[in-house]
Amino acid sequence: MARAVSTKTKIGWTVVVWAVALVIFFPILYTIITSFKTEQEAIQGFSLIPSGTVENYVTVQTQRDYFKPFMNSVIISVGSTLLGVIIAVPAAWAMAFSPTRRTKDILMWMLSTKMMPAAAVLVPIYLIFLRAGLLDSRIGVTIMLMLVNLPIIVWMLYTYFREIPGEILEASRMDGASLWNELVYVLTPMAIPGIASTLLLNIILAWNEAFWTIQLTTTNAAPLTAFIATFSSPQGLFWAKLSAASTLAIAPILIMGWFSQKQLVRGLTFGAVK
Amino acid sequence: MATENTKTLARAMMAPSVIMLLVWMIVPLAMTLWFSFQNYNLLTPGNNSFAGFFNYQYFYTDPAFFQSIWNTLLLVVGVLLITVIGGIGLALLLDQPIYGQGVARILVISPFFVMPPVAALIWKNMIMHPGYGVFADIARFFGVQPVDWFAQAPLFSIIVIVAWQWLPFATLILLTALQSLDGEQKEAAEMDGAGFISRFWYLTLPHLARAITVVVLIQTIFLLGIYAEILVTTNGGPGFASTNLPFLIYKTARLSFDAGGAAAGGVIAVVLANIVAFFLMRAVGKNLDR
Amino acid sequence: MTLKAILAGAASLLALSAVARAETLTIATVNNGDMVRMQGLTEDFTSKNPDIQLEWVTLEENVLRERVTTDIATQGGQYDVLTIGNYEVPIWAKQGWLLPLDKLGDDYDADDLLPSIRGGLTVDGKLYAAPFYGESAMIMYRTDLFEKAGLKMPESPTWEFIGDAARKITDRSADINGICLRGKAGWGENMAFVTALANSFGGRWFDEKWQPQFDQPEWKDALQFYVDLMKDAGPAGASSNGFNENLTLFQQGKCGMWIDATVAASFVSDPKNSTVADKVGFAIFPTKEGVDNHGNWLWSWNLAVPASSKKADAAQKFIGWATSKAYTDLVASKEGWANVPPGTRTSLYNNDEYKKVAAFAEPTLKAMQAADITKPSVKPVPYTGGQFVAIPEFQALGTTVGQLFSAVVAGQSSVDDALTAAQSTATREMTRAGYIK
Repeated sequence: MARAVSTKTKIGWTVVVWAVALVIFFPILYTIITSFKTEQEAIQGFSLIPSGTVENYVTVQTQRDYFKPFMNSVIISVGSTLLGVIIAVPAAWAMAFSPTRRTKDILMWMLSTKMMPAAAVLVPIYLIFLRAGLLDSRIGVTIMLMLVNLPIIVWMLYTYFREIPGEILEASRMDGASLWNELVYVLTPMAIPGIASTLLLNIILAWNEAFWTIQLTTTNAAPLTAFIATFSSPQGLFWAKLSAASTLAIAPILIMGWFSQKQLVRGLTFGAVK
Repeated sequence: MATENTKTLARAMMAPSVIMLLVWMIVPLAMTLWFSFQNYNLLTPGNNSFAGFFNYQYFYTDPAFFQSIWNTLLLVVGVLLITVIGGIGLALLLDQPIYGQGVARILVISPFFVMPPVAALIWKNMIMHPGYGVFADIARFFGVQPVDWFAQAPLFSIIVIVAWQWLPFATLILLTALQSLDGEQKEAAEMDGAGFISRFWYLTLPHLARAITVVVLIQTIFLLGIYAEILVTTNGGPGFASTNLPFLIYKTARLSFDAGGAAAGGVIAVVLANIVAFFLMRAVGKNLDR
Repeated sequence: MTLKAILAGAASLLALSAVARAETLTIATVNNGDMVRMQGLTEDFTSKNPDIQLEWVTLEENVLRERVTTDIATQGGQYDVLTIGNYEVPIWAKQGWLLPLDKLGDDYDADDLLPSIRGGLTVDGKLYAAPFYGESAMIMYRTDLFEKAGLKMPESPTWEFIGDAARKITDRSADINGICLRGKAGWGENMAFVTALANSFGGRWFDEKWQPQFDQPEWKDALQFYVDLMKDAGPAGASSNGFNENLTLFQQGKCGMWIDATVAASFVSDPKNSTVADKVGFAIFPTKEGVDNHGNWLWSWNLAVPASSKKADAAQKFIGWATSKAYTDLVASKEGWANVPPGTRTSLYNNDEYKKVAAFAEPTLKAMQAADITKPSVKPVPYTGGQFVAIPEFQALGTTVGQLFSAVVAGQSSVDDALTAAQSTATREMTRAGYIK
């Protein structure tokens, strides 16, 4: 779009877009602001200027250590996503390049596994985890979240792989490249943007998963979702403390999202762009 | 035979994820089916017995059952409408040449990174609270009685919260699609003197059809399972005004600890979800094939 | 092998076994002030018991109840100490899910526990949970507003008086509501209050044959009274207000009266958080004219050991510490007498230092002594429990009925419709659970 735009128009659009963007971002912004208010300030009506106290963060940290659930969130979300991608890449590759009549059905069936309400299968899963000794273990939650997100991972990769022109693969096959080489040297480099955004999206989804991560953990494997459940409904004034805890819980993924948004967007098409 | 080899290999490569999902699907589903025919309540152990179809009958006759299905549909459709229309609008806005485009885009996509319980807590306590929320502050500024959102418009409030969370997702996909629109085509249309509306209607919207399909499909899968936002804000009330099917199951499973009843509800939900998915695929699935 | 190496090996073995002997207790607890304070004071316990380490799982009350129930019902064994209410204790004890507490230490002095509290935690003569703090319900009112309106709180107020007083005090232009009451749906939220209200109106949840009683005039009177009162004298958004919301409103000086748990008394009299700390009076839970029943609200948060715990002895040692008289003294020495956990021990209410700082001590004790959970209603009932019904099905049933009543307060349903729906839901649930044959 190399159209010349007058500065006036540009300023006009800038004002409009920024206004809309700030409205959408406002709940998060206000939470961050409130986390630096005292409890009394927090309920004294609208104000965008906090007194800048950090006592809420100190209180939250004294009551519940932040570091361990943070590490658990990182391990669980990254672990489950990596595991899921490793399992899904071959499947998506096969579906995209050697489709059969049933490929679409298998894909739809995979997605339909996501429609089972988690609460309905909790007791069976809890019993299985108990027998397997996986309760409150990072491995257990990681496997669980991998399974929960696997359909989305397969689908994202499938739609992305399908965009890769088959001719290139055929050309490399003519050259006598083995399937393994085809996968490693031809496909992978082309697929990296898609894999990257798949990774990012699913890390976000896993980070924000708040049913299994609470129900299957107690102390050792409890991630930030459990951390926030500590503060969600206490006695007395809690707006500022809740804001501080919320800010702590969302900050890491927010920052990651901000830094990686270009990579996230590039592959986040689900085959929608053509 | 190269192709035979490829096929075998393709099968072998699909095997791990298919088998895992199969196990993940079949084992709990089988157990859920089994439980759904049992009188099995966690709180009264030792009373387990065969229940026949009683759990199904019981779940189906729940006074909130039909309303919960209706609410589930309203929630899905409401959120889809807001996110698709809002997403197109936002994508068009973000596509404009502005100062600080990158930062503005970051602000717009941020809600997607907020975990659902936190989003619900923020909206409930900071924004929509009738005493201390920002909306109440605004209402008082104009001298109006603040609205008690979760009592007076519970389902609408939840739709707003969920739409806020999913708007960035829709915007991103639609924006990517929009940016792939050929600039030359646009310019040609502009040269022809086509106005903004007709350009949008005849050029942009058809181009976005696929992206919209994807947004609808993926969001529907997630929206059919929404319950955390309800749990945190309205607890399904007042009355059953904001109870949807997943929340009804959640209530049966986690408040009554009725594993049998919840299992029956789960089976019903899976059947209904698959019906929705079937029609959805029929209605929009063609958009996905080229 | 040299002697040195053998010694070194032996030493490391010893060190290893010492580590192995150190037990880690997983304690599930709720996020409220007294529990948080206990977490801060555990060094006193761990320094006396270096072989026991503590891990805390603090969750919001409802999430905690879900987690703990799933775990205990499946014998998951994830927790060693549970924080549970006096609602669960008798139910769980009968199912063999809890261990009887018989090793709380020699100086525990179980006879010092308040009889009403102790009774609720005892099954077949054995104590299954140790109370951490307890509460009944009472009226908290603003003495300044009462004076201004020319009102005087009687010794034993009736609902008629409360209704008139609340309407008289209400001054919406000054943002003062005559009365704040719970409206948020939940068996432990609005139904705690409404059940106690119905008790004091002469109502009951079930008759002797477990038939629900929502079609009886007592319930209609009670609910109508409550709904009208909230409309005339309650705060905006009353249908979403629970304990915590009302506490905030009262502390901000926006309520003339508040009828709720006695633990709130220390929060509203705390000048650090309350703007009305020196203007609060207390009175016993009201009755209806001619009905001798003060609601019978009785709640305690207790510590118990699940039968699935493999560290029962250490768990009991911890519970013995956390609920002892010595713990009370510890809190008093570190944070002052006003902050000790109330409502569990008679000795606390005989303590002059406590009575000196806590103006609410006397009314709290009176309210707790007046509550009798074995006879919640003036009519005969087949259940125990004051502001709840101590059967497993009550959580779900109470919450569903709570939603129906909350819809009335929100103005989306009528008293008659809500009671009819409550009656049919209760009949349905009780039939399914096998109470109604």
